[in-house]
Amino acid sequence: MQEYYHSVTLDKEKCMGCTNCIKKCPTEAIRVRDGKAHIIAERCIDCGECIRVCPYHAKIAVTDPLSSINRFKYKIALPAPTLYGQFKKITDIEKVLVGLEALGFDHVFEVARGADFVTEFTKRQMADSDSPRPVISSACPAIVRLIQVRFPELIPNLADIQSPMEMAAQIAKEEFSQKHRVSKEDIGAFFITPCAAKMTAIRNPVGFDRSSVDGAISILDIYGPLSTVMRENTPSKVPGRFQNATFRGVAWANAGGEVDSLDMDNHLAVNGIDSVIKVLEEIEGNRLSDLDFFEGLACIGGCVGGPLAFENSFVAQTRLKKLIHKMESPKPLSPREVDDAIEIYNWRLDKDILPKPVMKLDDNISMAIRKMEEMERIYGDLPGLDCGSCGSPSCRSFAEDIVRGYASEFDCIIKLKEKVRILAQEMIELSDSVPTGREGRAKGEEEPYEDK
Amino acid sequence: MTRKDRMNSSMIQVYEIESGNFTKAGEAAGNIKKLLRQLGIDAGVVRRVSIAAYEAEMNMVIHSIGGIIKILIDPEAITFKARDTGPGIEDIELAMKEGYSTATDFARELGFGAGMGLPNIKKCSDDFIIKSEVGVGTRLEARFNIST
Repeated sequence: MQEYYHSVTLDKEKCMGCTNCIKKCPTEAIRVRDGKAHIIAERCIDCGECIRVCPYHAKIAVTDPLSSINRFKYKIALPAPTLYGQFKKITDIEKVLVGLEALGFDHVFEVARGADFVTEFTKRQMADSDSPRPVISSACPAIVRLIQVRFPELIPNLADIQSPMEMAAQIAKEEFSQKHRVSKEDIGAFFITPCAAKMTAIRNPVGFDRSSVDGAISILDIYGPLSTVMRENTPSKVPGRFQNATFRGVAWANAGGEVDSLDMDNHLAVNGIDSVIKVLEEIEGNRLSDLDFFEGLACIGGCVGGPLAFENSFVAQTRLKKLIHKMESPKPLSPREVDDAIEIYNWRLDKDILPKPVMKLDDNISMAIRKMEEMERIYGDLPGLDCGSCGSPSCRSFAEDIVRGYASEFDCIIKLKEKVRILAQEMIELSDSVPTGREGRAKGEEEPYEDK
Repeated sequence: MTRKDRMNSSMIQVYEIESGNFTKAGEAAGNIKKLLRQLGIDAGVVRRVSIAAYEAEMNMVIHSIGGIIKILIDPEAITFKARDTGPGIEDIELAMKEGYSTATDFARELGFGAGMGLPNIKKCSDDFIIKSEVGVGTRLEARFNIST
């Protein structure tokens, strides 16, 4: 496995070298060099902000094609609840699930059901743990990575519980293999995703070794074929064959769904990565110490706002709310079911989440101090426009890039212009000075003044 | 490491703090945090310094008529100095008590003035000195060892 796999990548052909993405990236992970954007792999958290902002659609999220499910003998679809909000006039979740079956899956297991389990695990953990408060949800993979890169002090606050997607995959595979007496090796579980970071989380999990999910298919890719089969399918199938998540699990698709399901007083839910960063800064400064639980979602509106969702996020959000309001909820999990799940499944993150000190100037602190001083000196000489023309997101990060050896002072167009002006001045001065000891005049030169 | 080596690889940053400017309040502490992180200082130390810096900065914004925060960093320790002009503190022992505050109602309405500032700074630091003169101002110095 690659150390830095990323779903978010650049289509070099389409990149015009503009500076939209570098300015929007929350971890300053993009630079424009030689007319093309470059993503710094160590810093990228796959939040998808650059995908949204790129006017040339040069930033893309790589996911698996639908055909990739054929690698497995048995195929299970794990739809994110966001999927339900993509369809106009949706009244019945089962219709979407049956549609997925018609696309070639042997079984469909709702990730919302996984969320129902995660809610119960979180409640239990909150009740008997003395972990630092607030506990921060680890459900959004972009936020987990953001914390590794920008808020390493908050790593101990992350809930060490698997995501709804992972729980859904574990449970679906276990149940399917029991029921049909087949080996788990032959079962492939595929997440139907609105999210690029989830794809990365499958390939390169944080907090545990190997994902139980075998691939991710983007909602954008599956929307067309799925809506076609949904139109053609006659709704004659047995109702409730696949649907088993409660309305609370489904509500996780919208921002605030997770905290609502926890039934807790001191909680806070924030969505949109810029807003999440502001609140994490508050938490880091110990200014929200009366908070018990924090849900931060990178996308505006929550998962419905994911870069791979088809429908406008506000429309999808409203549709989901209506659906949840009307839906006849399957029975909530019994304490017994939760106990059993705790026995059977790997529901905790069992590996340490490590900080990614990518902002660090040098491993040696003396060296780092020297570089920092150099950086301050360079920064003091820069125009402070933060224009991005040099290819770095701000004058400060440009100074940092120079110190790190990735850029040079004259990549700054203002500095370059200044230098050109000085050089031009010098050239005029040079051309004005007549070499001494030269007798004659060049052609076209005026008569020198006569000595009086 | 000799004294000379330490001097050679040390740096100072100075921040001016404005009285009563609640929109800017916390900026210096934020910049200090970013700086320390770029220097690769241990996350726990960064957190302690930034909490102390924030509290000191807020104290200056709320109580003083302005001042200066200085941060000195060398490979062994971080020294945080705050110096302000202002009313000073009459009874330092009382001011160090958790919950004691002389903040104005306005500051309290903004959620400050819980009386935890100074005790918090002391709790976070490895070494803490405070000196104050009534009618002149207050100086405090907090030291944080960098564990390597």
